[in-house]
Amino acid sequence: MLTKRIIPCLDIKDGRTVKGVNFESLRDAGDPVELGALYAKEGADELVFLDITATNEKRKTLSELVKRIAGHINIPFTVGGGISSVQDVSVLLNNGADKISVNTAAFKTPELIDSLAKEFGRQCVVLAIDTRMEDDGEWYVYLNGGRVKTETKCFDWAKRAVDLGAGEILLTSMNHDGTKKGFALDITKKLATELPVPVIASGGGGTMEHFADVYNDANADAALAASIFHFKEIAIPDLKRYLQSRGIVVRL
Amino acid sequence: MKLVIIKYNAGNIQSVLFALERLGIDALVTDDHEEIKQADKVLFPGVGEASSAMKYLQNFHLDWLIKELKQPVLGICLGMQLLCSHSEENDTKCIGIFEEPIKRFDDTQGLKIPQIGWNNIYNLQPPLFKNVKENSYVYLVHSYYASLGEHTIATADYIEPFSVALHKNNFYGVQFHPEKSAEAGSIVLKNFIEL
Repeated sequence: MLTKRIIPCLDIKDGRTVKGVNFESLRDAGDPVELGALYAKEGADELVFLDITATNEKRKTLSELVKRIAGHINIPFTVGGGISSVQDVSVLLNNGADKISVNTAAFKTPELIDSLAKEFGRQCVVLAIDTRMEDDGEWYVYLNGGRVKTETKCFDWAKRAVDLGAGEILLTSMNHDGTKKGFALDITKKLATELPVPVIASGGGGTMEHFADVYNDANADAALAASIFHFKEIAIPDLKRYLQSRGIVVRL
Repeated sequence: MKLVIIKYNAGNIQSVLFALERLGIDALVTDDHEEIKQADKVLFPGVGEASSAMKYLQNFHLDWLIKELKQPVLGICLGMQLLCSHSEENDTKCIGIFEEPIKRFDDTQGLKIPQIGWNNIYNLQPPLFKNVKENSYVYLVHSYYASLGEHTIATADYIEPFSVALHKNNFYGVQFHPEKSAEAGSIVLKNFIEL
């Protein structure tokens, strides 16, 4: 059976992992390649690298980093952050990335999704959405790393993006991100059950139960987290054994 | 040993090169007929769409060249599908080594298409799967699949059981990505190199 996936996310700035990590076993905790390789060895199913510098002058650093990651890691990985053109994507995929994620640029120029899907195949186009539930009870799309609100509803944008060629949705709830109180089950479930593509839930995972909930109750295909893995609050092998004990199919 | 990766318009070549590098193997990426013919082993990876890939292979007469190869050949993902006779993807006549037809997953069964992620493989047969444990997990991304048939050497289930690997004479094919399938994948690549 196809398994549910666990995806550690590494934020990269100037070629280094940020948000801190806490691994005594690493020689250099800031090196994304070393940390990624460790997660791969522990049983992570995929990795996501988000470049939060993502300015044009840093792009070259990123493509070199992607090449190093691809050389050392034997599981699939996605690269995101500031991607806005077919050319950007071409460089990253040619350097060994398996998928790329687009966010703000795709919202501003939706045809980008169509161009990327036609050029590289929809399987490598991940649409990242940052969303927040407002007082009216609706989930809205936010841009620029959550700094700019739009009037577009999350589900409407996700559906349109899938129609344009997005092959996967990486959904981050800003209400839940950083709280460690659990994933946003309702909006994740809406997307995961009503769209024909896999949905990666992100934001709020704090305990092993939270992961079980987002797979069982929200039908998420994958769940992403960062600091709980970086600070060893949850070890991936323990998490997988727990999920298996809850009847969830995972790769062990 | 000379290992060649066939260069065409549907390669995901970098990751395959890196996986070989981790096994200590250098490979030559080329579409040169003589280089390919002289290789000890030939890898035929691919990610993309069947009809445009076949058209490209035909334009460079690579389809006939591949069919005539006598050394071990390993098709990966789309590469494996192109080694079959026919694909439902844009009704494409393929190279025609394996008779198993390539069909599209039935999208009325409530499962997402493409299948993206890790799935277990079983009924594993040597030599390609020597030392790979039954029900090992491998990484797959695909909307089309090879039916079960006489050349099936590994099976996986998604919507229905299908050929996740094929073997006939000197030709091998795997639907999954050995270059992205952690330990199980690198054993398969190593087995192919050691054939």
